[in-house]
Amino acid sequence: MCLAIPGKITGFFIENGMKMAKVSFSGVIKTVCTEWVPEAKIGDYVISHAGTAISLLDPKEAEETLSLLDEIN
Amino acid sequence: MKYIDEYRDPDLVRKLAVKIAGSIKRKWSIMEICGGQTHAIMKYNLPELLPPEITLIHGPGCPVCVTPLEKIDKALVLASSEGTILASFGDMMRVPGSSSDLLKAKAEGADVRIVYSPLDALKIAISNPDRNVVFFAIGFETTAPANALALIQAARLELTNFFLLSSHVLVPPAIHTILSSDDTLIDGLLAPGHVCTVTGYGDYIDLANKFNLPISVTGFEPIDILHGILTTVQMLESGLHEVKNCYSRSVNSKGNLHALKAMYDAFEVCDRQWRGIGLIPGSGLAIRDKYSAFDAEKHFPINNMISKEPEICIAGEVLRGISRPSDCPAFGISCTPEHPLGAPMVSSEGACAAYYHYKLLH
Amino acid sequence: MEITCPTPYNEFDKIVLAHGSGGRLSERLIHDIIIRELGDTYINSAHDGAVLDIPGKLAFTTDSFVVTPVFFPGGDIGHLAVNGTINDLVCCGAKPLYLSLSLIIEEGLLISELASVITSVANAARRTGIKIVTGDTKVVERGKADKIFINTTGVGSIPEGRIISPQRCTEGDVIIITGTIADHGISILSTREGLSFESPISSDCAPMNEIAELIFSITNDIHVIRDPTRGGVASALNEISHASGKGIMINEADLPLNPMVKGACEVMGFDPLYLANEGKLLVFLPGKYADDMVSAIRSHPYGRQAVIIGKVIGGEPVVKMKTLVGSTRIVEMITGEQLPRIC
Repeated sequence: MCLAIPGKITGFFIENGMKMAKVSFSGVIKTVCTEWVPEAKIGDYVISHAGTAISLLDPKEAEETLSLLDEIN
Repeated sequence: MKYIDEYRDPDLVRKLAVKIAGSIKRKWSIMEICGGQTHAIMKYNLPELLPPEITLIHGPGCPVCVTPLEKIDKALVLASSEGTILASFGDMMRVPGSSSDLLKAKAEGADVRIVYSPLDALKIAISNPDRNVVFFAIGFETTAPANALALIQAARLELTNFFLLSSHVLVPPAIHTILSSDDTLIDGLLAPGHVCTVTGYGDYIDLANKFNLPISVTGFEPIDILHGILTTVQMLESGLHEVKNCYSRSVNSKGNLHALKAMYDAFEVCDRQWRGIGLIPGSGLAIRDKYSAFDAEKHFPINNMISKEPEICIAGEVLRGISRPSDCPAFGISCTPEHPLGAPMVSSEGACAAYYHYKLLH
Repeated sequence: MEITCPTPYNEFDKIVLAHGSGGRLSERLIHDIIIRELGDTYINSAHDGAVLDIPGKLAFTTDSFVVTPVFFPGGDIGHLAVNGTINDLVCCGAKPLYLSLSLIIEEGLLISELASVITSVANAARRTGIKIVTGDTKVVERGKADKIFINTTGVGSIPEGRIISPQRCTEGDVIIITGTIADHGISILSTREGLSFESPISSDCAPMNEIAELIFSITNDIHVIRDPTRGGVASALNEISHASGKGIMINEADLPLNPMVKGACEVMGFDPLYLANEGKLLVFLPGKYADDMVSAIRSHPYGRQAVIIGKVIGGEPVVKMKTLVGSTRIVEMITGEQLPRIC
C-alpha cells in the first residue's frame, strides 16, 4: 500500500488556508500539502503520499542505513 | 532519483542476499504486511535472490483488496446518480462490485474521475458548485490523514456539495486477528513503512510482545525489503521478539503527530468488515459526528445494499496468508486480471495480480 | 417588390453539420481549409480515387487516430496521423510513398483548430516527401467524436532484398531501441492530468523513414522492425515473441529513459515499459551488425540514444527481463490501460 516517494521542496505557498509546497520529483513538479511537516524548508526532501507530505526525509539516517548495510560481510 | 536509486543498487542487493543466506539456519515464514511491499517483491522477483529456507507470505495490506463489496456497490450507485461526480483513486476503478466496476460505469456514461489526492476531489467540488462530488475515500493509516484533511477543509470552506464515502482500515487489529488464528504460519513480520511513518510503531511493539515474534519496520525499495528480511531473520535465529526500524529515513517510533491529530479530528475508531476476512473489531475509522454533513452514507439513500461474492474466490485465505493465489481453482482460468473474481486479482499489489503479472519463473 | 435572398453564412468559426453534407459548405471546407493547408503535399487529381504507378512489392497499412487531447506538447493528432502510418510502412521495410487522409470531425470543432491540425499533417508529410493523394471528410453530431478522428492509409514500396516480418525473429538476434521510451505516453498523460514539469516533456512523435534507410544502409539482413506505440515496448515485444514462437530477454538497466519521464512514472505509479512511443523503433538483427547499427542510428537526430536492450533467446515464447537488481522476471502483456495508483 502507500505509494509514497521522496521529492525536493522548491517553494511554498498558501492555498485555501493550507500550507502547500511545490515539490520536484526528478523534474516533475507536484503540489503537496506540507501542513504535517512544519519544520520543512526549501531544499528538504519530503515523502509524499496522496498529495500530502507524511514525513521529512532524514538524510543522516538515509546515509547511515546505506553505510551500515554496505559494511555487511 | 535521489533516495530511490541508491536503494536499488545491484551490488548492495547481492551483498544483502548473501548475508541473508549466510544467517539462516532453519526454515522461516515471513509476512510482508503491505501490498506495496508485495508489489516490489514481485517487480524485482526478490524470492529468486533469497535462500529456499525463506517463505514470503503476502499479507492483507492492500486496502483495495479489503474494501467491503457493498462499499463498491454503493460507489457504483452514487456514480450513476444524476448530478453526481464520483472521484476515486485509480486503484479502485477495476475492483469488481457485485455486478460491475467503476471503470465500466464510467464507460457507460457515469461521471467518474480519477484523482491522485483527496484535495483534488475537493477542488472538483469547488469548481462544480451545482453538482454533488463524492470522494471514495479508502486507505490505511497512510491515506486516512489526507482524507481527514479533505473533511476539515470542506468544513472550513463551508462546502455543501462535497461528501466522503469512507472505507478506512487500521493495520494492527487485522494483524492481531491473523496472528490469533489457529492456522497461522507466520514466524516474523515486515511492518508497513508508510503506515508506520504516520502512526509510529508502538502498536507493533505490543503485537511483538503478545505473539512473541520479531517485526521489522520496512520500506519499499529492494534494499529496504532485503534489509527488513535480514533483520527479521537475524532476530528469529537469535530468538529475539522485538521491533526494529529498518526505514529510519522516514519512520520514527512516535509517527507524525500532526497527521495523527488530523486523522483523529475527523475520524474515530470503529468495527470494520474486511472483504475476505470478516468483521474485525476496532479495525476501522468512521467519520465523526461533527463531520457527518459530509458523510455520503448519511446523506444519500445507499444503505441496505445486498452484495454477493463469487463463491469460488478464496481471497480471504490469500489475504490471511493461508493459501497462495496459485492454490485457487480459479486462478489464471476463470479469474484473471481481465476478468477478476475478487479484489486481489485487480489491485496491482493484490497477491493474485502480483503473482499473475510478475509471474515467478519457477 | 424586393426579394431579399439571405446569402448563406460564409463566415464560420466552428464546424457545423452542413460542412459534412456534400454541399457548398463542404466544398468550401475542403478547398478553403483542407486543400489550401495541405498545399504541395496534396496531389489533386479531382477524381474519386488516386491512380498510381508503384514499383515492385507493395506495403499497405492503415491506422485510425483518436488521441485525446488533440494538441499535446510536441505535436498534435495531425502529426501523429502522418508519422504513425509512415512508421507502420517503415516497419514493413518500405519506402513510404502515398497517403489517404480521412477526417471525422465533431460538430463544434473550431475551424482554427482544424486548420492547425491540417497544417501539421502538411508539415509532417512535407518532412518526409510523402504525398496525400485522396481523402474524405465527414462531420458528426456533437458528442459522437472527440473533436476529430483521423484515418490514414499508406502505401509504400519495398526494395528488393528486404524481408521484414515478426516470423523472421531468430534466436541470437540482438534487439535495439532507437531512443528513450515512454515519452509520448507521459506527454499525453501529463497533459490530461495537469502534471507540470521543470521543462515540458514532449511527445517523441517523429517519422522513422530516414532512420530506416540508415539501418538498411548497414545491411538488408534485418529481421524485424516494430514501432512500440500503444502498449509500449512490452506489448510490442510480446507480440513479436508470440508471433515468432521465440523467447526474448531484455535488460532493465539498458532501457533508455528521460529522467523526468522516469520521475513521472514513479510519481504516478506507471511502468514505462507499457507506455506509448511515437518516434521509436525496435530493430531485431543478427548480432554481428549490432554495434555498427547502433552507431549508424545515433548519427541521426531521432536516434541519438539508440542502444541494445536485449536479445532473442531459446525457450518458450515469453518476454523476460533481467531486473535492475539482477533477478529475472517475466514481462507480461498488459490488461487494459494502466491507471494511476496510490497503493
